[in-house]
Amino acid sequence: MTARAILVIAALTLQEAARRRVLRSLAGLTVLLLGLSAWGFSRLDAEFGEFTSGESTIAASTILNLVMFGLSLIAALGTAFLAGPTLSGEIESGIALAIMTRPLRRSAVLVGKWAGLVIFGSGFIAVAGFAQLLIVRVTLGYWPPHPLAGLAFLAAQTTALLTLGMLLSTVISPMASGIVAVGLFGATWIAGVVGTIGEAFDNVGVARVGTVSRMLLPTDGLWRGAMNSFQHPALAAQISSGIGESPLLSMTPLTTTYIGWVALWVVVVLGLAAIAFQRRDM
Amino acid sequence: MIGSTAQQEALDAAGRLLRELPPSAAVWCSGLRKRYRRQTAVDDVSFTVGRGEVVGLLGPNGAGKTTAIKIMLGLVRPDAGEVLLLGRPATDPQARARVGYLPELFRYQPWLTAAEVLTLHTRLAGVAVPAQERHECLALVGLADRARDRVGGFSKGMQQRLGLAVSLVARPQLVILDEPTSALDPLGRADVRDLLLSLKERGVAVLLNSHLIGEVERVCDRVVILDKGRVAASGTLLELLGRRELRLTLDAVSERAQARLSSVGELTRDGNTFTVTLPADNDQTTVPDLVADLVALGVRVHAVEPARISLEERLLDILRAGSGSDR
Repeated sequence: MTARAILVIAALTLQEAARRRVLRSLAGLTVLLLGLSAWGFSRLDAEFGEFTSGESTIAASTILNLVMFGLSLIAALGTAFLAGPTLSGEIESGIALAIMTRPLRRSAVLVGKWAGLVIFGSGFIAVAGFAQLLIVRVTLGYWPPHPLAGLAFLAAQTTALLTLGMLLSTVISPMASGIVAVGLFGATWIAGVVGTIGEAFDNVGVARVGTVSRMLLPTDGLWRGAMNSFQHPALAAQISSGIGESPLLSMTPLTTTYIGWVALWVVVVLGLAAIAFQRRDM
Repeated sequence: MIGSTAQQEALDAAGRLLRELPPSAAVWCSGLRKRYRRQTAVDDVSFTVGRGEVVGLLGPNGAGKTTAIKIMLGLVRPDAGEVLLLGRPATDPQARARVGYLPELFRYQPWLTAAEVLTLHTRLAGVAVPAQERHECLALVGLADRARDRVGGFSKGMQQRLGLAVSLVARPQLVILDEPTSALDPLGRADVRDLLLSLKERGVAVLLNSHLIGEVERVCDRVVILDKGRVAASGTLLELLGRRELRLTLDAVSERAQARLSSVGELTRDGNTFTVTLPADNDQTTVPDLVADLVALGVRVHAVEPARISLEERLLDILRAGSGSDR
C-alpha cells in the first residue's frame, strides 16, 4: 500500500516537472551552457594550438570542472526551487487537501515527492553532464578518469540540496525555503574555499571551517569529490605549491566514510522532514 | 471431542452475533477539541452520521465547521477527542479508503487533465475503477466533454464540479462535502441537489457543510448546528422544526368555535387570522376534524393553510439565543 502510494506520487512529481515550465527553462539554460562551453572549448583548441599536450590536458581538465560547476549550480537551483513549492505550495493552494485525504500516510507522500525529484535531478545531471563530457572529448580529446563516479557525486549533491529544501519547506514558506537552501549551498561552497586557504597556509582553525561546513551540509564535499573524479590525475602531482587547492581543483578523493555520512545525512534530514510534515495542520 | 464441538458452536454464535450487529456509523466523533493559539476553533464537539444518512452541518462563519471536518479527515490534529470513520479510528489512513472529500478550498493539479485527476485519485485510493466508470463520474458532474482538457484552464465552477467527481470516483461509502456549491451557478446548485438525493438513494452517507439553508433543508435527514466551536443544537428536521402551525382565515367565530380551536393547541389571533400550533405527533385527522367541527359550529372558513417554521428562522433563533446567553 505504502510502496504503491510512493510510486504513484513519484510518477506524479515527474509528470509535473515534465509538464511545467521548469523543465523547458532548465533545458534552455542547459543548452545555452553546453553551447557556450562547446564554442569555448573549440576556441581554446584553435587559439592555443601551440599548447603542449600536458598543458592542454590541464586546461581542459580545469575548464571542465568550471563548466561542471555551472551545471551543478543549475541542477541545485532548479531542484531546490522545485522542492520548496512542491509541499508547502500545494498545502497553501489546496491541491494537497484532496491528496492527503486518500488512504495514505503523509510520509509516503513526502518520500514519493522526494523520489520523483531525485530521479528528475539525477536524470538531468546524467544527460547534461554526459553531454558536457562528450563535448570536451570531441573538442579537446580529454576524457576524465572517473566519469561515472563524478556524475554520481553531482547527482548526490543535488539530492542533498533538494532534501534540505524539502525539510525547510515543511517549516517556512515555499519561496523562502528555496532561497535559504540556495543560500546555504553558496555559504558551504565559500566555507569550503576558506577551508582550502586555511589548509594552504597550515592554519588549522581556518581549515576546520571547511571541514565542519562539509559535514553540516555535504554539497561542497560532494562537489569536491566530483571535481576529483573529473580532473586529470597528473594535476595533483604537477601543482604542489601552496595555492594548489583552488576552488576548481580537489586533491583528495572522497572517503567511503564520508559517502556513508552523506547517505546518513540524507536519511536523517528526510526523516526530520517527514516528522515535521506529519505534525503539520493543513 | 465434545469440547471442540462446544467451542465450534460458541464460535459460530459469536460470528452470528457479529454479523447481526448494526454496521458502525459512517462518522462517529466524540469530544473533539482544537485551539489555534488563543482561539478555540472546536470545543467538545460530538456527533454521528449514520450509514446512508445525509447530515447537514450548519453555523455562522468561524463556527468551526471546516476545522471539525478537517479533524475527521486527519488533516488537522485535534488537541482532544476521537474519530471513527466507517468503524475505523481516523488515525489509521485506511479509515479513509472509502471516504470521498470535496474541500472548501478546492484546487487540482493544473497540469493534469480532468480524466487524469480522476485516474490519480482512484490509484491513490487503491480502487480499480474502469475507465468507463470514471468517465460516467465526470458526466455526472457535467464535465464529460472536458475530460481531455487541462484543469489549469477550468473556471472555478468547473473545478468545483471536478472536485465533486473526485469525491465520488473511488466508490465511497461516506462523502464529506465542504461548501460544495460555493462557486456554482443556480443550475449547478440544482445539479448538486439531485446528486445528493441520488447518493441518498444509493445509501451513501453524506456530511454536508453548506451556508445554503434551503439546500440543507431539502436534502438532509439530520442537522448539526455549530456555534463558536460548540454544538448548539442537533436533531432531525422534524425535531428541530417540530412546531408546525395551521393558519386559518375565519368569519363568524363564536366562543364555542374559539374553544374548539384552542383545544388543538396554542392559539393566537390577528383580526380574522387565527394561528394554532399543531401537536408534534400530528396525525392525519387533526386538521380535517377541526375544519369539519368549525363548519358545524357555523364558522365561515375562507382559508386554511399549513405554516411551517423554516430552518432559517430556527437557525437564527438558536444562534441569537446562544449569543444572548453570552451577554
